[in-house]
Amino acid sequence: MSIFIDRTTRLVVQGITGRDGSFHARQMIGYGTRVVAGVTPGKGGTLFDGVVPVYDTVADAVRETEPNAAVIYVPAVAAVAAIFEAADAGLGLIVCITEGIPVLAMTRVLPFLHERGARLIGPNCPGLIAPGRSKIGIIPGTICTPGRIGVVSRSGTLTYEIIHQLSSHGLGQSTCVGIGGDPLIGTSFIHCLSAFEADPDTDAVVLIGEIGGTDEQQAAEFVQRAMTKPVVGFIAGQTAPPGRRMGHAGAIVSGPASTAAEKMAALTRAGIAVMPRPADVVPLLQERL
Amino acid sequence: MNLHEYQARALLERYGIPFPPAEVATTPAEARAIAQRLGGPVVVKAQVHAGGRGKAGGVQVAPDPEAAGAAAARILQLTIKGLAVHRVLVAPATDIAAETYMGVIVDRASQRPLLMVSAAGGVDIEEVAATAPERIHRVSVDPRYGLLPHQATALAFGAYADRGHARAAAQIMQQLYTAVYGVGASLAEINPLATTPDGRLLALDAKIVIDDNELDQRPEIAALRDPTADTPAEARARAAGLSFLKLSGSVGCCVNGAGLAMATMDLVKHYGGEPANFLDIGGSSSPGKVVAALEIITSDPAVKAILFNIFGGITRCDDVAQGIVQATAHVSLRVPLVIRLTGTNDRQAVEILTGAGFAALTDMDDAVRRAVALAAGAA
Repeated sequence: MSIFIDRTTRLVVQGITGRDGSFHARQMIGYGTRVVAGVTPGKGGTLFDGVVPVYDTVADAVRETEPNAAVIYVPAVAAVAAIFEAADAGLGLIVCITEGIPVLAMTRVLPFLHERGARLIGPNCPGLIAPGRSKIGIIPGTICTPGRIGVVSRSGTLTYEIIHQLSSHGLGQSTCVGIGGDPLIGTSFIHCLSAFEADPDTDAVVLIGEIGGTDEQQAAEFVQRAMTKPVVGFIAGQTAPPGRRMGHAGAIVSGPASTAAEKMAALTRAGIAVMPRPADVVPLLQERL
Repeated sequence: MNLHEYQARALLERYGIPFPPAEVATTPAEARAIAQRLGGPVVVKAQVHAGGRGKAGGVQVAPDPEAAGAAAARILQLTIKGLAVHRVLVAPATDIAAETYMGVIVDRASQRPLLMVSAAGGVDIEEVAATAPERIHRVSVDPRYGLLPHQATALAFGAYADRGHARAAAQIMQQLYTAVYGVGASLAEINPLATTPDGRLLALDAKIVIDDNELDQRPEIAALRDPTADTPAEARARAAGLSFLKLSGSVGCCVNGAGLAMATMDLVKHYGGEPANFLDIGGSSSPGKVVAALEIITSDPAVKAILFNIFGGITRCDDVAQGIVQATAHVSLRVPLVIRLTGTNDRQAVEILTGAGFAALTDMDDAVRRAVALAAGAA
């Protein structure tokens, strides 16, 4: 098992003929993901790489190929429309890789998704991977190994770093989810923690947070209240100065609760082992398994 | 992107929010002439992206045009929190009977815009939030329906005893909320919103932060960027498409990905060093970007060692290594370089770099320790 995706997930790729979309569509197909359709307005009726049918709209793709998930690789200017379109076509899982969506646009997108019961992962995220089964997004399959550790993170390459540590020490992963670095995102730490708690094939979870907002505190409270599986955590940005954005739109110390120190304290209070260095993930997990 | 007060008020005036007349001066003579036109006492305010202007001497009251010119002369020579003052705003010194705070932010927890009003205006709202949170009235707005009239009225009656004032305040709330979506703001504040002795509401100061992600679609707002607010290194990084922030340490950092960049800086600190900067070189790590990153980092005289930390996923480490070798041929390095690469083809990458005479490693902790030691040794 895994969370959110598995071998049966049928994916439609929005922006499949673009530079990033085509590259990552090939990567996903190579990994074993069932890419059943692509969407590029104006290129309906063609075949991507001679195999994947391309449609003008997500609704057409849904009618013809019955996908149950979408991934969005379109530029920021078109990404909001792409999310609305995927949700309106009835897709239950929408993964938005695109970075640069305005936060006010997200205030309008999110209620639309809630009304339709659609789960959005991202935006500004690397997507998710169930090693050996399926991947949606851009997480490199080569660094992952199948196993029983769940990973949830606001970051991209920092997540890869930690997955790499796990894989090189024989700790495989059940699912790795990058939830995104923006202030407003569709899927929170809590959604992922709750799914990992319910997943019979996950034994422990690694949570990777960073400065900005208070999502890590809410996650800590959830872990204490509702989780039986061990959780280890890492918080990036201890050296970040207040009031300055650290690359990710959401990574900004904007008050006493949003600092790394405060988040690490909240995790510790909730019984989560906080790693001082990314390399500590392996020993901390091994102590708890 | 932060806007100056004079830019924020010009935008908010378009939405009908009442401000006293005011003009921007860049010289004492201009300030004197504006004071002359306005008549009566004026306040001269530094236009700079820094809080605490008043405490730094950046806000001065002048009884007449001569004094306004003199105040402008003093303020235009100030450097507030490292930023030189290039402009002042000259506005009438308004008599104030009461001051409120009014602001809209996008609240991350509720994922909605949040309108806040407090009768404790004129002071730092963070301070009010910390010491007297019950004095801030809040309403979470459903963006599908906008700020509903009864929500605005309820907030207004929380802050104003007079019905007329409350009605005027409720209208300003609507205008402020509309402005937020209109200009693409992630924060918009009026502080203070003054009540004058003759019963009018007037916005005396305004602050707007524009969401950087809105700028591509809003060239007229993007044009409001003040290039003098960036250091030369920040301006260079912006032009090269790098995410960069200067800090005060001696270990220069160049990392792919913002989260890994923060974790690398934290690890520098963990091993007893201090990071000189945050720099996210992004996904491609092309030679051009590496050159720009090296030039920006080495332009800081405090840097004693440079640490590259690259996780090669889909970007292969050997490609990145070739990029670094090519790039360093164009930059003369005066400080040692430590390069850590891990992920796809990392062993080939280490061979390429070692062959070119660089310290190349695959372990993050080893590389950080080495860079910290080199920075300390050179100091």
